[in-house]
Amino acid sequence: MFPAPFLLHAPDGFFSVPVSVAFWVVTAAVLAISVREANRSLEERTVPTLGVLAAFIFAAQMVNFQVAGGTSGHLLGGVLAAVLLGPWAGSIVMASVIAVQALVFQDGGLVVMGANIFNMGIIGTLGGYVVYRAIASLGRGWRWQLGAAAVAAWFAVEAAAVVTAFQLALSDTSPLNVALPAMAGVHALIGLGEAAITVAALAFIASVRPDLLQARERAIAAGGEGHAGGLRGALRSGPAWLAAGIVASALVVVVLAPFASADPDGLQRVATDYGFDTVAQANPYEILPGYTVPGLGGTASTVVSGLLGVLLVLAVVLGAARIVAARRAARLQREEASSTA
Amino acid sequence: MSGLALDRYLPRESPIHALDARVKFLVAVAFILAVSLLPAGAFASIAIAWAAIALASGAAKLGPFRPTRNAFFALPFVLAALPLVFTRPGEELFALPLGVFTLRVSVEGLVAFLTIASKSWVAVQAALLLAYTTPFHDLVDALRALRLPTIFVTTVSFMYRYLAVLSDEASRMLRARAARSGSRGGRSGGRLRWRAVVAGRIVGALFIRAYERSERVYQAMLARGFEGTVRPRASRALRRREWAALALAAALLASFEAAAHLWIPAV
Repeated sequence: MFPAPFLLHAPDGFFSVPVSVAFWVVTAAVLAISVREANRSLEERTVPTLGVLAAFIFAAQMVNFQVAGGTSGHLLGGVLAAVLLGPWAGSIVMASVIAVQALVFQDGGLVVMGANIFNMGIIGTLGGYVVYRAIASLGRGWRWQLGAAAVAAWFAVEAAAVVTAFQLALSDTSPLNVALPAMAGVHALIGLGEAAITVAALAFIASVRPDLLQARERAIAAGGEGHAGGLRGALRSGPAWLAAGIVASALVVVVLAPFASADPDGLQRVATDYGFDTVAQANPYEILPGYTVPGLGGTASTVVSGLLGVLLVLAVVLGAARIVAARRAARLQREEASSTA
Repeated sequence: MSGLALDRYLPRESPIHALDARVKFLVAVAFILAVSLLPAGAFASIAIAWAAIALASGAAKLGPFRPTRNAFFALPFVLAALPLVFTRPGEELFALPLGVFTLRVSVEGLVAFLTIASKSWVAVQAALLLAYTTPFHDLVDALRALRLPTIFVTTVSFMYRYLAVLSDEASRMLRARAARSGSRGGRSGGRLRWRAVVAGRIVGALFIRAYERSERVYQAMLARGFEGTVRPRASRALRRREWAALALAAALLASFEAAAHLWIPAV
């Protein structure tokens, strides 16, 4: 029923109070800027528009598609909101969606809401929009713009996951050397679903109601083919997707590995400075001591063990999904059998 | 209406339902904050907090254990804290030999994990109780009275108004897709790329319908005399009794927090 990636909707209790308060402060400051900018640029007609489109984001998160086994892909919506409404109004809409999900459906906590809004509503809209504009400005043409939106959507989900992992680690809720590879790895795949839906939705809107895209986007859409054919390059069949996901995860691991383990003391020091460092992390795994592989030195070793971690998480998720799917298939067959009998 | 339960509000004649939404909202947030601040292993204190929820739920004529029963849905997130059981150094409880490597469960790790899980469970119950006893529009009015920027208040209240409409729209489109896409044994047809594009087009179509609806809503508002601002219901000042309730709740929570850190034994 609440299909938005659940690992990003943290309930109360998972982020420590210092982390929650710090992110409330940051979120409130950014949203204050959003409110000022939005009030300056929006007209009175946007009073109902923002509300109805917030309900749209909520409903759009219900739209899913089957990926493999029992897993499905769906939308978080940050980049889509930012491209359709502009980043400022987009962040207000996303913050409202997250607030209603927490207040009405208890999907995400109240004290931790600042962090949740930051991860999904601010990184997704403002961060995602920066990536989108930066890439879009480098090239011309319709396909390039859609590609930029795809990269931005993937980035938004991935960055949200990485920040969540750091928040969990700072809160002493999950060790960074487990949370970071797990969150980054899983969301590198989830981000592909986000990218696909975002791009297909934008392509559809551009072809049916190009006037609805913002003025900047309108010019882009007018020059293009106006249908989703250009997606062919970005979206391919299953195995290629999986390969792309693994490559993406690998990239993330390579980029983040130095942060994750070559310099764990950085985070440790931050924790000590803020006084919520209670326990030093010891090495839990005898198979990958210190998150390194014996016989390999330094960063290379971290990268290899990070990749192993990603593959392990992937295997667990796909395995669990397969079991669920098999159960469902068996149940369907039983139902069919009983209805024909 | 779709299967989506859009409101958890359960109307009853009770003192908790009658309490001002501002007071309830502030007390719920303060309660969750107090629970979040409890030290690791403070299971006795967490049990007291849980008992307070059960009492309040009983007083609200919802049955004492309704929030407890319905708070399990947040538990999948405990996966995030599970690694603590193995990584937190401390006295070894037992070791799971798994062939090439051994998972060691430490007492400290288990305590930390159970603390996070039970705190979160009690916090979700507090949020549930707030939603059970407060109509959403009262909550929105409370947020307005607590000086949330107007643009958020109007966005949230319009969003809530059209949530059911757009969720229904989405589920109709999903039903139409299901009716037109063969699937057998739980497996959808088509290739992955095609399925993703179809989902994206549904989202696109949903956006267009939502946008067009928002224009009709705006026209209707103009026709009824809308002049650019939503005029809120006038909010009255808190009564003396409500201030007293707030002060009492604050005092109780503060002494509970102090007791939890000083006297109530933690594991």
